Amino acid sequence: MRHVVGTVADIPPGERRLIEADGKRVVVFNLGGEFFALSDRCPHQGGSLALGPVMGLVESPCPGEYSYGRAGEIIRCPWHAWEFDIRTGKSRFDPRRMKVRAFPACVEKGETLQAETFPVRVEEDYVVVEV
Amino acid sequence: MDLPQGSIDVDLHPMVPGLSALAPYLAPLWRDQIALRGMEGFDTQSYPPNSPKSVRADWRPHAAWPASSVELLREQVLEPWGVARGIVTPLYGVQLVFNEDMAHAFTSALNDWTRAEWLEADPRLAASIILPMFNPEHAVAEIERCAPDPRFVQAMVLVMGETPLGRRHNWPMFEALVRHGLPLAIHAGSCYRNPVTSLGWPSWYAEDYAANQQAFQSTLASLITEGVFVKFPTLKVVLLESGVSWLPAFMWRLTKGWKGVRFEVPWLDRNPFDVVRENVRLSIQPFDAPDDADTVRRVMDHLGSDEMLLWSSDWPHWQFDGPPRLPPGIDAGLARKICVDNALSTYTRLAMETVR
Amino acid sequence: MNVIRPQSAPGRPLAATQGLIDVDIHPRPRSLHDYDPFLSAEMRQRLHTFGIRPRHGFVKGTPYFKSQPLACRRDAWPENGTPASDLDFVARQHLDFHGIDIGVLNPLQPTAQGDQNNPFSVAMAHAVNELQLAAWVDRESRLKASIVVPYEDPEASAREIRRRGGDARFCQVLIMSRTSHPLGNPKYWPIFEAAEEVGLPIAIHAFGYSGWAMTNGGWPSFYIEEVSEHATSCQSLVNSLVLEGVLERFPRLRFILIECGFGWLPSVAWRLDKHWPTLKDEIPHIKRAPSEQIREQIWVSTQPIEEPPRPEQLLDCMSWIGWDKILYASDYPHWDFDDPRTAIPSFIPEAHRAAIYGGNARKLYGF
Repeated sequence: MRHVVGTVADIPPGERRLIEADGKRVVVFNLGGEFFALSDRCPHQGGSLALGPVMGLVESPCPGEYSYGRAGEIIRCPWHAWEFDIRTGKSRFDPRRMKVRAFPACVEKGETLQAETFPVRVEEDYVVVEV
Repeated sequence: MDLPQGSIDVDLHPMVPGLSALAPYLAPLWRDQIALRGMEGFDTQSYPPNSPKSVRADWRPHAAWPASSVELLREQVLEPWGVARGIVTPLYGVQLVFNEDMAHAFTSALNDWTRAEWLEADPRLAASIILPMFNPEHAVAEIERCAPDPRFVQAMVLVMGETPLGRRHNWPMFEALVRHGLPLAIHAGSCYRNPVTSLGWPSWYAEDYAANQQAFQSTLASLITEGVFVKFPTLKVVLLESGVSWLPAFMWRLTKGWKGVRFEVPWLDRNPFDVVRENVRLSIQPFDAPDDADTVRRVMDHLGSDEMLLWSSDWPHWQFDGPPRLPPGIDAGLARKICVDNALSTYTRLAMETVR
Repeated sequence: MNVIRPQSAPGRPLAATQGLIDVDIHPRPRSLHDYDPFLSAEMRQRLHTFGIRPRHGFVKGTPYFKSQPLACRRDAWPENGTPASDLDFVARQHLDFHGIDIGVLNPLQPTAQGDQNNPFSVAMAHAVNELQLAAWVDRESRLKASIVVPYEDPEASAREIRRRGGDARFCQVLIMSRTSHPLGNPKYWPIFEAAEEVGLPIAIHAFGYSGWAMTNGGWPSFYIEEVSEHATSCQSLVNSLVLEGVLERFPRLRFILIECGFGWLPSVAWRLDKHWPTLKDEIPHIKRAPSEQIREQIWVSTQPIEEPPRPEQLLDCMSWIGWDKILYASDYPHWDFDDPRTAIPSFIPEAHRAAIYGGNARKLYGF
């Protein structure tokens, strides 16, 4: 089910918006103009990811060496601080087997959305999530 | 029980009868100081010689110093139990000495004493290289010096040192061990650079002995979180006389914490329990669990591996009475792994020599 | 029996049929000035100049930095102030939401417990206890206070316990796990005597700075190691309580281990059982098996709940400890907080869960 979150300007870069669509709570993030949507519910004990801090990705090939990049692209659960990659929903500690559900998100022009049953302005860009 | 054919005892403790026993192996500068300075000996508080825990009653000879000769080992363990190989690790407190050069000299002397009076005396025996713990260069030098003798099958440090074992200043030692394919044994006991609890000094020896359980947890936490197994993935670590049953709950907690604070130790990119199952082994005595098969099986299930345990008697320490025993609930197949196979795969040097 | 889900407490677990009692809530003052009314001029002066001086090096914060600010969950910060400094916020977010019947307050720093200066620690303990009443317990009937004691001054602690002991607003005595001596040391016996006399249990919460290195092998590097050490410090004190004969000497005394984890307790009891017979001559004052003493007199709280790879492994641990010995704790507002709905797994039989959620605490505290 497609859900219009709001205009692109509603979620500036680095910010997030929590929405409820189709009975699901979803957090929508703006990473430098790209939009990503994750289930709000941490798979561990259900903490609300919308309330968690973001950080960059800390990686290390070897003790004592650090690479710190992708600023703002890791969301941490506000409870037990599990790290999730905003782009994919995968956890950092076990990307293969532990993740939070990611939903497709994109930007669409107001004119293409006009046929749908909610008010949009033709000249605006909107963030659309598929839940 | 009868030990399976080919059994290997990984934890045997020759006891040095006194500093004069090391004198032949010391350079004159150090040898002379024994008498000159009235040095009284290096028995440590971890195993006071007269404590019932330190020497099983029926292993305490009437006239001689306990565990001080190969004859005693043969008579008390090797022959009656049909042990094929045994790894000797003296616990004489050379590692406690504060003067680094003196510590180095006495540690080397101890290793030479072990070689001359134990390894030379019985082909079944292998030994640990006792390592100076507070000067990594000395530790590396001692590894280089002793490693060419294939009868030294591992190196040993005590579980309670001055700083946690995983700290980077210790890494030259790990590097040298890995280069020589030598596991690192970590044995119960303290250098007493810190009190035996993080809450200070206890009143009773019983508390001192109990405290090893905590020490193994902190030491293993350090090795894992500092990334020693990341930097040295082939390093094998053997925990001697640890008690075993503390390991699962400790690892569950460490793993849980890691999931939340991974960014603090980002080089640790695997589940810590998997790391431990691959790189860590434990001697079986003591096995701190009730004597019932169901509980033991559950503990083994929590450990989650058949490859981790190694038979040990812990001679002459008092862990059990009478003939060797494994905890109840261990079947013949697992018994064979514990008594033979796991030691052979942990100690490649043992596997290379022929078993009598 | 029909269980109607309380509409006003969407966060209350259905299985909490014997009540929901949270044995670990951490209130904070809004600022140090909250203590001013309860301190002498001299002690106020000290508080605002030298401040609280634990046995570590920093004036503010802790040397092992937490994983989140103030070690709190990010959603627990009220509009103004720090987490758990605002009673209304706490009541809404935690007590009301989860339908908590009784919450036990365990004030952590800034309390000056374990302060390098004993007289200051004594004065602050009194102030902390007064503030718990004025700011929390007197305004919210669901909350109970702890008698915070300056444990490194055992005589002063005993006096504070006897002074507060008859006041039903206080349900226990509170000590930190890292004391300057192992807790069973005779130095601390006046505390046990007083607590046993007034009939209150002693809660030992993980934390504090003993003044010794944080492991018996020196100071670790990382916060994750410190978290691991909460458990080992607690193990050391259990060893001490048993082997110093405290449990036998004070047979009516009950201890609660809070936020230390519990998975390790069986192996501690087993180790003591195994080695005590060999050393009986050294410690003839120990008459009963350590595991029996522990079973009778030591309780554990759930948080942080163990997460073994398989459910039956957690059930093993809990049954070894005793289903009547385990108490639900949230650790609100800390980051490793345990939501009662999700932290106590549903594979635990319902009757046991009910006991953990409330039945065991009711019996222990007499609520």
